[in-house]
Amino acid sequence: MSENAEDKAGSIPAQSDGAEAGPAGETSGTATLTKDAAPGEILLKVTGLQKHFPIKKGLFQRQVGAVRAVDGIDFEVRSGETLGVVGESGCGKSTMGRLITRLLEPTAGAIEFEGKDITHLGVSGMRPMRRDVQMIFQDPYSSLNPRHTIGTIVGAPFRLQGVEPEGGVKKEVQRLLSVVGLNPEHYNRYPHEFSGGQRQRIGIARALALKPKLVVADEPVSALDVSIQAQVVNLMDDLQEELGLTYVIIAHDLSVVRHVSDRIAVMYLGKIVELADRESLYKAPMHPYTKALMSAVPIPDPARKNAKSERILLKGDVPSPISPPSGCRFHTRCWKATEICRTTEPALLELRPGQRVACHHPENFEDQAPQDTVLLTAAKEAAELVADEVLAESAETSAAVAAELAEEAAAEEPASEEPASEETASEEVAASEETPSEEAASAETAEASAPESGSQESTDK
Amino acid sequence: MLAYLIRRLFAAAVMLVVIILVVFSIFFLVPKWAGVDIATSFVGKQADPHAVEAVREKLGLGDPIYVQVWHFFKGIFVGRTYAAGGDVTHCAAPCFGYSFRSEQAVWPVLTDRFPVTLGLALGAAVLWLIFGVAAGVLSALKRGSLWDRGAMVVALSGVSLPIYFTGLLSLAIFSYGLHWIDGKYVSVGDSFGGWFSGMLLPWITLAFLYAAMYARITRATMLEILGEDYIRTARAKGLTEPVVIGKHAMRSTMTPILTMLGMDLGALIGGAILTETTFSIPGLGQAVLTAIKNQDLPIILGVTLITSLAVLIANLAVDVLYAVIDPRVRLA
Amino acid sequence: MTELSKTGAAVGEPTSSSPAPSSFLEVRDLKVHFPTDDGLVKSVDGLSFQLEKGKTLGIVGESGSGKSVTSLGIMGLHTAGQYGKRKAQISGEIWLNGTELLSADPDHVRKLRGREMAMIFQDPLSALHPYYTIGAQIVEAYRIHHDVDKKTAKRRAVEMLDRVGIPQPDKRVDSYPHEFSGGMRQRAMIAMSLVNNPELLIADEPTTALDVTVQAQILDLIRDLQKEFGSAVIIITHDLGVVAELADDILVMYGGRCVERGPAEKVFYEPRHPYTWGLLGSMPRLDRDQQERLIPVKGSPPSLINIPSGCAFNPRCPYADVPKDNLTRTVRPELTGVGDKHWAACHMSQEQRERIWTEEIAPKL
Repeated sequence: MSENAEDKAGSIPAQSDGAEAGPAGETSGTATLTKDAAPGEILLKVTGLQKHFPIKKGLFQRQVGAVRAVDGIDFEVRSGETLGVVGESGCGKSTMGRLITRLLEPTAGAIEFEGKDITHLGVSGMRPMRRDVQMIFQDPYSSLNPRHTIGTIVGAPFRLQGVEPEGGVKKEVQRLLSVVGLNPEHYNRYPHEFSGGQRQRIGIARALALKPKLVVADEPVSALDVSIQAQVVNLMDDLQEELGLTYVIIAHDLSVVRHVSDRIAVMYLGKIVELADRESLYKAPMHPYTKALMSAVPIPDPARKNAKSERILLKGDVPSPISPPSGCRFHTRCWKATEICRTTEPALLELRPGQRVACHHPENFEDQAPQDTVLLTAAKEAAELVADEVLAESAETSAAVAAELAEEAAAEEPASEEPASEETASEEVAASEETPSEEAASAETAEASAPESGSQESTDK
Repeated sequence: MLAYLIRRLFAAAVMLVVIILVVFSIFFLVPKWAGVDIATSFVGKQADPHAVEAVREKLGLGDPIYVQVWHFFKGIFVGRTYAAGGDVTHCAAPCFGYSFRSEQAVWPVLTDRFPVTLGLALGAAVLWLIFGVAAGVLSALKRGSLWDRGAMVVALSGVSLPIYFTGLLSLAIFSYGLHWIDGKYVSVGDSFGGWFSGMLLPWITLAFLYAAMYARITRATMLEILGEDYIRTARAKGLTEPVVIGKHAMRSTMTPILTMLGMDLGALIGGAILTETTFSIPGLGQAVLTAIKNQDLPIILGVTLITSLAVLIANLAVDVLYAVIDPRVRLA
Repeated sequence: MTELSKTGAAVGEPTSSSPAPSSFLEVRDLKVHFPTDDGLVKSVDGLSFQLEKGKTLGIVGESGSGKSVTSLGIMGLHTAGQYGKRKAQISGEIWLNGTELLSADPDHVRKLRGREMAMIFQDPLSALHPYYTIGAQIVEAYRIHHDVDKKTAKRRAVEMLDRVGIPQPDKRVDSYPHEFSGGMRQRAMIAMSLVNNPELLIADEPTTALDVTVQAQILDLIRDLQKEFGSAVIIITHDLGVVAELADDILVMYGGRCVERGPAEKVFYEPRHPYTWGLLGSMPRLDRDQQERLIPVKGSPPSLINIPSGCAFNPRCPYADVPKDNLTRTVRPELTGVGDKHWAACHMSQEQRERIWTEEIAPKL
């Protein structure tokens, strides 16, 4: 319980700046966060969002614990962009999708849509919002009622919202069907007469009926065949361009997510561990989990067969979200974990413009806790699964980044541009703000740690 | 596993108390609301008012409901004493009161008749399990064959024909017509052989109805299980077909069958009324039928409680068997 | 790992006139058809390939392309335990180690199952019996083929669990499948399939139900085990990334037939069938710079009851009109050699395909 309170305290301050700023975010706080990203107002803003599913046991259904499916996450979605959310099963990404569409009631935190707090709106309060926020589901087989015709399914939103489109429901539905690439004459057919890809198009047509602003798609293509996946991905692309849609796309397939997203959030055990724009994330991931996740994707290139060296194998399985590990949740499987990772939960900090990471020892960046160099035993075991080249390379880049930062800081002395908005007393933040002033020292330690990790590999062998 | 058992036992005990409460209230409140005076009905219509008052006092019918409930409870667990003036009757535990008609204690009536019904139900259950499950499995394995269709037609007729029809028919053929079996009921104490041959027709008649239902459910479940991935895995291991069916598929098929068995056995113990009447078997069903005709509330109450107890015990046994069969249940 | 007592070699006499092949596994003109109310479903319709020991064949295709049906056909699982009146119609030849399986005595094939050829399934949760412990299921698989007591078999099970990387194998051997995580279950499944040192291992979408980090572990494990045991492996998947990781040869299936077959490098770098191009173009890739757009294959996979006449791919093929005389819609193309051990079934001439690939397709990938 105390842990819970702690991470709440750790995550909310990082976002607290814009929370009271009211409608549609021209606020200074958010502006610093968006300075180099695509323009667009903040459409959806999520602060400290939590969803705990209680576990009840025994005769009296006493609550004995909770599945912390989503455990304090902050992010925002700007209009017109696509936010991709990746993670493995059990990381809470689907729950997150259901929370922001308010299909689930959050345990804590706040969800703002166009500046309006929708966290606890009831069914009737949500009704007008439902026009603006739509969802596309994974399974095109179970998400369409088999007894209804396509016309009824796609036209349902009009009836539910009491909207009479221009030219009548039928005409509008037929227009929607042709928009998603289906034959409008199939208006009276039933779902079983369509293939998986076509059903997913029907699902998309239904979601688009009321011209929503935000579409949340939960694994929209993972049930489809490869050749069909591409059709649906392209369709969603086109629709975004034509209709100016904003997407939150939840998927486990990193290649698909990279293809569709502008920014990407990586989730692990109910937390966002890294949130960055696409290029930064894929070129220089900072969180070790992100790096491992990407390296695990099989590359369709036989020349890389047996190229084991590039792959970071993670040890074991994702721990249970009922009792997540203390500190950084990834520390049980991370090859860089030190004592601080076990004890202190890292805050999600914007280490580089447009790239937020929650890690004490990020990749491709200067170490956030350089004083802590002794690896945990678990980390040593995990490191055995990581190729030496990878370890050496990451140590090198971290050192280089540290040196670069040191130079920059020396050049322009008041080093305040980084976490200007985060004036919190949180320990980690303090640590990160200290670094510019003692650049030389930190650069040294980072460099010192490079050969050290090298020597550790040799002992591992 | 032990914790699971204790939990189930505790739940069953609570359930039993609730049942006693509910049943008692229904049986003693409903006549009141319906304007029927129990004391009068006990004594008889042309009774003299003093006798009625005496009965009322002796049975405690004038007491408030909670006192009556308390006495009833006490009677079941420690016995009770009925007293009206100098007229004192002690009723030892478990006391379910006295029959309004015969003025006999209810409990001995129950203990007399319970084994008869139990014998009927268990014997029939053995039969229907053997034949029903076997027929179901065979039908599933020979789906679409003549055997399958034939068996399912027989099963359908078994489900839809009433007991008194099949019972009378079998009596007419085997007993009166062919004289193979003497259809008379003989108590086990008198002659086991006589009891056995007397029970054969009732068993078969009852088992026919249930075997039909069990064959249908076994067939459906077996067909579903045969499509499971783990059956394919069992074959991929190189197991022989008898092992695949008899071990891997059967164990999963047993789950729904057990559930049904628990409910059916429990219900039968209180309610093989039709079979018992058709074959003149002096079991609980027959007793309750007579009691209903005579508005003999204490007997009805006693049989109802015994039946509930039987259902509870049967379900408890099913729960335990469940846990033995399916390791996932042990967690719950 | 000490079992050398294989007896399965060359027991069944070939009944067919064609001579026994020299390959370890050879499938010739395999057809698997299922009669249904709507018509005959031609799931596999004339498939041939060979596989040597120590090599890995990747069979790639979309759902309904016949890849899983092929694997079950090799295992003899279309005939074993099929009780309904509508039995699968299987023809062709399947030679495993000199024995033709389709004409062999079913009980002989059963004895080969699990011993000479074993299979890993897609979803380890549903493929393991929920009511038996992991150990009991492995012990059963071992004892059906080895005359040993339970104790020895259990020791063997623990040894296998240890080999596939399950921690505390002596304890976990008594766990039930639901007590394992998805990755652990698939490891246990692999342990079970390898307990008899099979010479042929068929993995049907072994990682599709798993998370990507666990998938990496399992692929690694399969690769290591193959090196260690030297078995022949068939890996069936829709994921080109997975085959690229493991396979020496690749067979691309479409509509129950092979449309392209060859060494992995050839199929990836010089594909000679428009469907293979389509698969490659549909797939977003992490190892390349961001593609502007994916190049999907239009339309949907064919119905296996009414497979399009001519080339099964013709309704979806952008180049269907390139060959003359409406050939693609009337004549079924046969597999023809397009390079060293590389075949494709397409009516376009080699030169046409080479030109289209190098000029139109490859630059966009």
